[in-house]
Amino acid sequence: MRGRFGVHGGQYVPETLMSELGQLAEAYEHYRGDPGFTTELDSLLAEYAGRPSRLWFAANLTADLGGAKVYLKREDLNHTGSHKINNVLGQCLLAKRLGKTRVIAETGAGQHGVATATAAALLGLECEIFMGLEDTERQALNVYRMELLGATVHPVTSGTQTLKDAVNETMREWTRRVADTHYVLGSVMGPHPFPTMVRDFQSVIGREARAQILEAEGELPAAVLACVGGGSNAIGIFHPFLADEGVALIGCEAAGRGIDTYETAATIATGSLGVFHGMKSYFCQDDHGQIAPVYSISAGLDYPGIGPEHAYLHDTGRATYVPVTDAEAVDAFEYLARTEGVIAAIESAHAIAHARKLVPTLDAADSVIICLSGRGDKDVAAIARYRGHTVKED
Amino acid sequence: MGPQRIRQAFTDKAFIAFITGGDPTLDDTRRYINLLARLGVGLVEIGLPFSDPIAEGPIIQAASQRALASGTTPEAIFDLVNTLRQDDALTIPLAIMTYLNPLHHYGYDAWFARANAVGLDAVIIPDLPFEEHDEVRAVASHHNVALISMVAPTTMQAERRSSSLDMPRPKQWLTSEARSTSSDRIRRIAQKAEGFIYLVSSLGVTGVRSEITTDLAAIVAEIRAVTDTPVAVGFGISTPAQVAVVSKQADGVIVGSAIVRLIAEGGGRADPAIEEYVRSMIDAL
Repeated sequence: MRGRFGVHGGQYVPETLMSELGQLAEAYEHYRGDPGFTTELDSLLAEYAGRPSRLWFAANLTADLGGAKVYLKREDLNHTGSHKINNVLGQCLLAKRLGKTRVIAETGAGQHGVATATAAALLGLECEIFMGLEDTERQALNVYRMELLGATVHPVTSGTQTLKDAVNETMREWTRRVADTHYVLGSVMGPHPFPTMVRDFQSVIGREARAQILEAEGELPAAVLACVGGGSNAIGIFHPFLADEGVALIGCEAAGRGIDTYETAATIATGSLGVFHGMKSYFCQDDHGQIAPVYSISAGLDYPGIGPEHAYLHDTGRATYVPVTDAEAVDAFEYLARTEGVIAAIESAHAIAHARKLVPTLDAADSVIICLSGRGDKDVAAIARYRGHTVKED
Repeated sequence: MGPQRIRQAFTDKAFIAFITGGDPTLDDTRRYINLLARLGVGLVEIGLPFSDPIAEGPIIQAASQRALASGTTPEAIFDLVNTLRQDDALTIPLAIMTYLNPLHHYGYDAWFARANAVGLDAVIIPDLPFEEHDEVRAVASHHNVALISMVAPTTMQAERRSSSLDMPRPKQWLTSEARSTSSDRIRRIAQKAEGFIYLVSSLGVTGVRSEITTDLAAIVAEIRAVTDTPVAVGFGISTPAQVAVVSKQADGVIVGSAIVRLIAEGGGRADPAIEEYVRSMIDAL
């Protein structure tokens, strides 16, 4: 069946969007194999976004952890500071081919919103971003950044006022105005064709990383780690390794204050099968099928679901998903800064945190790759607050 | 009763009312539904509240939140319907409008069995489009609950909007299958429709609109070409003048947000406001 990963995926959206999704899927199928399109996208990724991103051998981390060799896939060094640019350049180019003049997007931490606003500015598209009110306060600088790029930012006041509600409101806006508007969905979630299309645009991470590790080590890594909210950086780095059965694929979920509390966003650990945001997958929900309010220190992982392909990789056992708490992530954030001189996004710090447990158990001849999905400048103030410091930004 | 009882609502032009179950309390909902039936409403849609109703505008979103805050569960809605059928001897058709996840979580077979047992006739699920109907079609049919199909302006607009917006839309990538979607898609949906067809009047979410610009007659004509299943128009209808126009083009009109707004304002004391408003709307049919 179209757009399915096992039982997961599908197109669970209002009828108003079905024709649009059908055309989008058709267009994507056409353009993914169109040399004019792929050449233009590859050129933008190289010359504008700065790809390929580096695979950095983290010698200090490796020495300190005392196990496998640690490599960091430096998506934080991309233009706009995260992996999100890979997907938005692809989708915005596609939107132009579709004759769209306007793009809309949800954002949690603001990274996807900033990336979308950036691509829209570059490609001459009108841009409106929907962001939970709570997130606009947590990430005020990113709001201003998007405005500098010419985007309009709409604070979302419904529901829990975070990423989930931003997605709701962006979908509602798309049903209001669909003819000239493309919804640049930011993760491998939502209705078909988004989980497939976003995966393909993000798979450049894994294709590069696979070639780079083979170049550096002459063999494949023992494990690949990435943080997972919706899961776009994770699927992007996992996908080219799927056929390499010896490579463990490990997704690191945001456990917030712990998976035995209600203040968590760890979907695989605490969720169950459901249908929401256009897809069948696993979701955090209550006893009556209401979507649960979730919590994580990381606005980008503060989401009650997970992309359908991850749900499938979990079902088949090809990938493993582990919960990482706020406390572990903040420790890892500080540890990476001190040890390696890299301030990573708090999202990516979840993967670092799990690597600190895993790497010492592996053989020195092995290697692991951690996807450093974004840079952490945006999180510095929040980490300071978490530690009880006051940082004045103005 | 299911699809058969729904037919009775469309012997004349039907006025279909939506209210959110449990807003502000289930006792109020029971009284309001009995009132609507006395006023001559043909069918009542009861909203089973969902935390994240992506097809709803602010009015019904807020009602859903009030209903959830008052502790409304799927089981409580079933009990309400049971009371309406058993204690109040209500005979008009009743539908549930909700999202797929609460049904999925309850278990489809258990949900539809219970729906049939308490006397529900139909279910409307805005996030379950035609292509995903297989998810519940067989089990709904087994338990004699009509799965209502929705048709939207975009269902047949796919090929028209480039000209209507004067926008260049390169089409070389469209396969012949995609190119023929518009009216074929409406016909495919209409052929399999049960109970009635819910024609979404305009783009966007539920709410109150001053103007409806969709060519409803053209869509109804496409539907009529393949089925005599009644067509009811919803989304945005709030005035008697709109009812007068729309009921000439279709078999029924569906009004939700305008009624829910009266309940938002009047809480448990909205009876007179609902009575006055709904009378004026039914008179305009």
